[in-house]
Amino acid sequence: MLGFVIQRLLQAFVVMLIISLLVFVGVYAVGNPIDVMISPDATQQIREATIKAYGLDQPLWQQYATFLGRLMRGDFGRSFVFNMPVLDLIFSRLPATLELTLAAVLGATLLGVPLGMYAGYRPDSRFGKLVMAVSILGFSVPTFWIGLVLIFTFAVTLGWLPAGGRGATQSVFGVEWSFLTADGWRFMLLPAINLALFKFALMVRLARAGTRETMLTDTVKFARAAGLSEWTILRRHVLRLIAIPIVTVFGLEFGSTLAFAVVTETIFSWPGIGKLIIDSISTLDRPVMVAYLMLVALLFIMINFLVDIAYAALDPRLRVKRA
Amino acid sequence: MTAKDATSPLGRFWVEFKESRTAVAALGVVGVIVLLAVLAPLIAPQNPYDLAKLVLMDARRPPGFVGSNGFTHWLGTDAQGRDLLSAILYGLRISIQVGLIAGAIAFIMGATLGATAAYFGGRIEALLMRIVDLQLSFPAILLALVLSAILGQGKWQLVAALVTAQYAYFARTTHGAAAAERSKDYVDAALSTPLSAARVVFRHILPNCLPPLIVVATIQIANAISLEATLSFLGLGLPVSEPSLGMLIANGFQYMLSGRYWISIYPGVALIVLIVAINLVGDQVRDQLNPRLKR
Repeated sequence: MLGFVIQRLLQAFVVMLIISLLVFVGVYAVGNPIDVMISPDATQQIREATIKAYGLDQPLWQQYATFLGRLMRGDFGRSFVFNMPVLDLIFSRLPATLELTLAAVLGATLLGVPLGMYAGYRPDSRFGKLVMAVSILGFSVPTFWIGLVLIFTFAVTLGWLPAGGRGATQSVFGVEWSFLTADGWRFMLLPAINLALFKFALMVRLARAGTRETMLTDTVKFARAAGLSEWTILRRHVLRLIAIPIVTVFGLEFGSTLAFAVVTETIFSWPGIGKLIIDSISTLDRPVMVAYLMLVALLFIMINFLVDIAYAALDPRLRVKRA
Repeated sequence: MTAKDATSPLGRFWVEFKESRTAVAALGVVGVIVLLAVLAPLIAPQNPYDLAKLVLMDARRPPGFVGSNGFTHWLGTDAQGRDLLSAILYGLRISIQVGLIAGAIAFIMGATLGATAAYFGGRIEALLMRIVDLQLSFPAILLALVLSAILGQGKWQLVAALVTAQYAYFARTTHGAAAAERSKDYVDAALSTPLSAARVVFRHILPNCLPPLIVVATIQIANAISLEATLSFLGLGLPVSEPSLGMLIANGFQYMLSGRYWISIYPGVALIVLIVAINLVGDQVRDQLNPRLKR
C-alpha cells in the first residue's frame, strides 16, 4: 500500500509539473500585458524599465525557470493590476467563493436527496414526475441562463432581492463572511440557487436511482415483515444504503463547483475567485491567471489522488494491477 | 405496429423510438429548428447584419412594435434596432454550426484515440487512458474557458477549445466498447487475414462501437452548443462578427435590469428549447440501447 501511495504521489507531482509548463506557456501567449499596465503616452524609458522590472525581456524558458523557483518557495508573484502578492489576492477572494459553494452544495443535497428519494419511492406519482422534470431541466439549461431568469424575476420584476454584489459582511478572525448577516443572505440567495440547481438535479437522480433499486431488495422486505413503518424504513435503511455514492459525489462536486462558480459569480458580480479569473483574463493579469489555474489544478489532482487511494484501500485488486 | 413489421435494424429502432411520444415530439422540434436555421436567409423578415437596413430610431422596441420600415417586429428589436426574430434565426445558424463542427471533430478524434488504445493495449493503452481520465476529472467548462482565453476570439479557436474539452468523453466511451470487442472472435479472425491493423480498427472494431457513441454524440452536441453560449456570454467565445445565441443574450443582459427583457429572454428561450429537445432525444436513444432496461 505504501508503495502504491508513493507511486501515485510521484505521478501527481509529474502531472503538476507538466500542467505548470502548459499553463505558463499558454498564458504567456496571451496579448501583451505591458500595454495594459502603463499609459500609452509613457516614454520609451519608462516602458523599457517596466518591462525589465517584471522580467519580461528575458527568454521564455528563463522566465519559466524563475517562476518555478519562486513557486517552490510559495511565491506566485505580484498581480499586475492590483499590485499585491497574488496569493494574498486569491486568499482574500476565496471566502466569498467558499461560502457560496458551500451554501449551494449543501442546499442542493439537503433538498435534492429527500425529493429524489420520494421520486424513487413513488416513481409514478405526479409529484415524483414533477421532481424528475425539474431535474431534467436543471441538467439541460445552461447555468448563465438560469441566472438571468432569476435576476429578471426576483430582482427586476418583483424587486425582492438584489441583482448582484455581496452586501454586508461580518468579520471573523479577519475574514469577511456574508452568511452571518441577514443582509448578506439576501445577496447570497440568488447566486446560491443558481449554482445549486445543477447539483440539485444530480442529487435527485442519484437518490432516485438508489431508492428504486434498494426498495426491491430483501432488506426492505424484511424490514416490512418486521412491522417497521415505511417512514422508518426509508429513513433508517434506504437512506443509509444510498448514502455512500451521495457522499462521494458530494465531495467531487464540491471541487468542481469551486471552479464552476466562474459563470455564476460573473452574472451576479459576486466578488469571489471565479470573478477574479474572468477579470484577470480581460485585463491580461498573467500572474493571477497562472496562480488560479495552478491552484485549481492542484485541487483536482489532490481530489483524484485521494479518490485513487480510497479506492485502492477498498479494492486490493487495484493495488496489484496498477502498482 | 409491432417490431415484426420492420425488417432493417434501423426500421426496428424507429418503431421502438416511436413508442416515446416525448422523444418523437423532441425530434420534431430539433428538425424544425435546424430547418429554420438552414433557411434563415430566406425566411427571416430582415437581414439583421445588413447595416443599411438598420434604423436606430427603432432600437430596443418591445415585441409587436411596428417599425418605421413598415413591418412588425414580433419579438421586438435589440440595441441596434435589429429585428430580434431575424437575429435569433441567424444566431441559431451559428450556434448549431459550431456545435456540429465541434461535436464531429471531437467524435472523430476521440473515437480514433479510444479504439487505437483498446487495439494496442499494454503501455500505450495505459498512458492514453490515464491522460483521458485526468482530463475528465477537470470540468469541461473550465478547460474550454482557459483555452478560449489563451487562443483568443474566433470561430476556429472556439471550435478547438470545445474539441479539446470534449474529445475525452468520446475516447472514454469508445475505449470501453472497443476493449470489449477486442477480445471477440471476429476480431481475431480479421487479424488472421493479411488485413492492416488500421483496417481492422476502423472497419471491424469501430462500427461495432457505434451505438454508445451515438448517444454520447447527441448529448455532446447539446453540450457544445451550451458551452459555446456560455463562453460567448462571458465574452470569450465568438467574435462580434459571428453573433451566436450566447452573444445575443449577453448583449441584452445590460438592458434587462431596466426591464427590457425581450432582448435577452427570447434568444435564451430558443437556446433552451434546442438544448432540451436534443437532450430528450438523446435520453430516449440511450434508454433504447441500454440492454439492462430491455423487457
